[in-house]
Amino acid sequence: MQTKRAIFPNKFLPYALLAPQLAITFVFFFWPAAQAVKQSFYKEDPFGLSSRFVGLANYTKLFQEPDYLNSIGRTAVFAISTTGLALILALIFAVAVDRLIRSRNAYTTLLLWPYAVAPAVAGILWWFMFNPTVGILPYMLDVVGYDWNHRLNQTDAMILIVLAASWKQISYNFIFFLAGLQAIPKSLKEAAAIDGAGPVKSFFTIILPLLSPTSFFLLVVNIVSALFDTFAIIDATTAGGPAQGTNVLVYKVYQDGFIGLNLGSSAAQSVILMAVVILLTVIQFRYIERRVQY
Amino acid sequence: MVQNNTWLNALTHLILILGIVFVAFPVYIAIIASTRGSFDFLQGLVPLLPGTEAIENYSRILNAGVSTSGAPPLGLMMTNSLVMALSIALGKIFISILSAFAIVYFRFPFRTLAFWMIFITLMLPVEVRIMPTFKVVADLGLLNSYAGLTIPLIASATATFLFRQFFLTVPEELMEAARIDGAGPMKFFRDILLPLSRTNIAALFVILFIYGWNQYLWPLLVTTDSSYYTVVMGIKRMADVADSEPQWNLVMAAVVLAMLPPIVVVIGMQKLFVKGLVESEK
Amino acid sequence: MSSIVLKDVRKVYAGNVEAVKGVSIDIADGEFIVLVGPSGCGKSTLLRMIAGLEEISSGEVSIGDRVVNRVDPANRDIAMVFQNYALYPHMSVYNNLAYGLKNRGMAKAEIDRRVKEAARILEIGDYLDRKPRALSGGQRQRVAMGRAIVREPAAFLFDEPLSNLDAKLRVQMRVEIKKLQKDLGTTSVYVTHDQLEAMTLADRLVVLNGGSIEQIGAPIDVYDKPASTFVASFIGSPAMNLIDAKADASGLAAAKGEGLSGANAYGREAYVVGVRPEHLKVLRGEAAAPADAALTLRMKVKVLEPVGAESYLYGELPNGGASLVVRVESHETFAIGEMVTLHAPAKDVHFFDAQSGRRIEG
Repeated sequence: MQTKRAIFPNKFLPYALLAPQLAITFVFFFWPAAQAVKQSFYKEDPFGLSSRFVGLANYTKLFQEPDYLNSIGRTAVFAISTTGLALILALIFAVAVDRLIRSRNAYTTLLLWPYAVAPAVAGILWWFMFNPTVGILPYMLDVVGYDWNHRLNQTDAMILIVLAASWKQISYNFIFFLAGLQAIPKSLKEAAAIDGAGPVKSFFTIILPLLSPTSFFLLVVNIVSALFDTFAIIDATTAGGPAQGTNVLVYKVYQDGFIGLNLGSSAAQSVILMAVVILLTVIQFRYIERRVQY
Repeated sequence: MVQNNTWLNALTHLILILGIVFVAFPVYIAIIASTRGSFDFLQGLVPLLPGTEAIENYSRILNAGVSTSGAPPLGLMMTNSLVMALSIALGKIFISILSAFAIVYFRFPFRTLAFWMIFITLMLPVEVRIMPTFKVVADLGLLNSYAGLTIPLIASATATFLFRQFFLTVPEELMEAARIDGAGPMKFFRDILLPLSRTNIAALFVILFIYGWNQYLWPLLVTTDSSYYTVVMGIKRMADVADSEPQWNLVMAAVVLAMLPPIVVVIGMQKLFVKGLVESEK
Repeated sequence: MSSIVLKDVRKVYAGNVEAVKGVSIDIADGEFIVLVGPSGCGKSTLLRMIAGLEEISSGEVSIGDRVVNRVDPANRDIAMVFQNYALYPHMSVYNNLAYGLKNRGMAKAEIDRRVKEAARILEIGDYLDRKPRALSGGQRQRVAMGRAIVREPAAFLFDEPLSNLDAKLRVQMRVEIKKLQKDLGTTSVYVTHDQLEAMTLADRLVVLNGGSIEQIGAPIDVYDKPASTFVASFIGSPAMNLIDAKADASGLAAAKGEGLSGANAYGREAYVVGVRPEHLKVLRGEAAAPADAALTLRMKVKVLEPVGAESYLYGELPNGGASLVVRVESHETFAIGEMVTLHAPAKDVHFFDAQSGRRIEG
């Protein structure tokens, strides 16, 4: 790992400097994570009065439970749709803004502020727009003959949270794509133009390949965000319903733990999610370190 | 570069305008709704033009709240949110800059281990380990307190990582010159490194303020006493009324107010914000 | 002011990489020493060990009769000028100069006096309020020098301080550094890879190669009597011609190709023979070399390179022999492929051991 060529010789100071962060990380991260791992091997009654070691039973049961398998499926649908939608729209906006000179800053400002909106608030905004009684979108859909009801229809509910999540995520992706585009040397675009590539051709043969580090990074971040930030959106809108239709993995951890009080199962789900995220983190880190060395 | 493609330019603007409509429309609807009286929603369609009850709605929500849903006045919740956002932002910056300094400018046993211990938390939000973390906070007696709201969220790798990246770009010789000039580590940190990090600190502050302000699940769990409610989680309580339509005009007024501070921060500090965001992920 | 003594100093990095392999140098009080060598020769590491920025693996460094191996850089009474200047970007020039003095708790009035004095010497008095980024490269260089001067240290350490300047400014600053050092009389250790800088600045040169000293001596002595083929090729530009030669009782002959002849001065069977481009005389046509020539070479001309005041003629010994270069008058012309005869008297011909590359002397 990188460090400075010359360093301070102090022996104890670095530990003192690290202490606050490590203490908090330990108490509120490693200790709970270890508890989750431990708990995932136990079966506890809901009142915490007794518990017994059950080995991997919580895990094996999980993968036989239709609700959990359904949740994996719902999560996949949600993550793929949200990531795809948010990435593609953001890329289109970024490419468009990058073409402009005078109005670039104005458009950027107008597109980036949703980043500041809380996921829960984003959820409520879209929930309100899609509200079957007063919402404007069901009214418009009714005109074309579609009867929108996310309280009953699972697909409608999924579309609702995908839209809310993408709406929120676009600005983040947009900022990164724009930064990535602006980091491409102008001379490359000029060389492509002199080589006779039109705007479309130069986008697909020059710009898109050069953006691939940014795209890869955003892909991972978007997946992680789709896995977790969603919690607030879902809790503020569909609460996992209707009939488990939007009960994604992170929401199920909470539901089974806090509401269902099935602590062992919830812990096992936590552990699985943690493993997935740590894996994604390591992939991302490898990639970051490699890029830093260029 | 000479680019003379009128058709493409028009398309560019068209796409962007559609994009802005897409991102702005939900907020527009919310603002409109927040200016209407509660009877305006009974016809079954959201109005599209502003009404006249804006002042009434906003002052009511700020000072009194929606009593039926047990949520306190929005003024109190916004103060709580502010305390939470500021504490998290400043706390994270404080502990992160110190640990990044230790990791970059010293070599000591377990350095790599310490780095990985911090780094592994980079993308692991509180949602995943919610049950046991909640239990720890409860056992420490931190429920319904500002400490419980903020401290568990203060440890995160993002800020440490940003400072580490930045410190690595600070020329080696600067530290060597300072050493020859008689500065010890903490003096170098205070006199040289901290002033050089000003922009990064400011940029990070914007991001972390938003992160803190927008917390939802954590305050939902650790506060049962409504005097500690934050605005983002409080809105949900207002909107979540059993067996009847919520008072949309008031809920939307609350939504607008809840969005306002972070949006103002982002737009007001746009340059710093974009820099902070892009750099922290490098 | 004080002397600096290095005793068998070594630097071993993790993985047993030996960057400095036992270097001993006695630097006299007030002396200007230049450490010169190609990149990776250990010169910067050596300097940084004197400064205290790098641990000394073994051996001893003393500054003014005090062993400083375990002394913090701040307490070694040295000042350093860095290649990239390392000015504190957020401080004014004044504060850049004053910072080290403040840290030592010096009185404000004395700090002010010293800063003003250094500014006067270096002619940077007008920029004291500016930030480094508002200065040109040359001005920054002066501020870096000023930061060293105000300290009135026992020694100045320079780490390639001129390599970030353009050619013209470099020559100008070189002259100024030399004058300044003579005026102040401060012991100085200067690291560079530029042999011209080394020649012009040094009281004594230390030529380093692969972590060891090849030669220590006054620049002119090093030039006149290079201790090894490495020094011979590193000091002087263009580099000395070095030709592998075999020898017997009748004299020298080229090891490869032909066209070399001369006296077997030391009675050995093989040498590396060296002669500087500026010491070779050129004879055109079939003219014979004079009787006192200790070395005669035949060269087939390949390229003529005029540099203005003089020209350099490049070629090689006939039949695939060594490459050669010789200095000629600036307006002389040569045809490509022309054969010329080069010769030099005994005092200008250097003999090196064919295996070790060390100088052979009678």
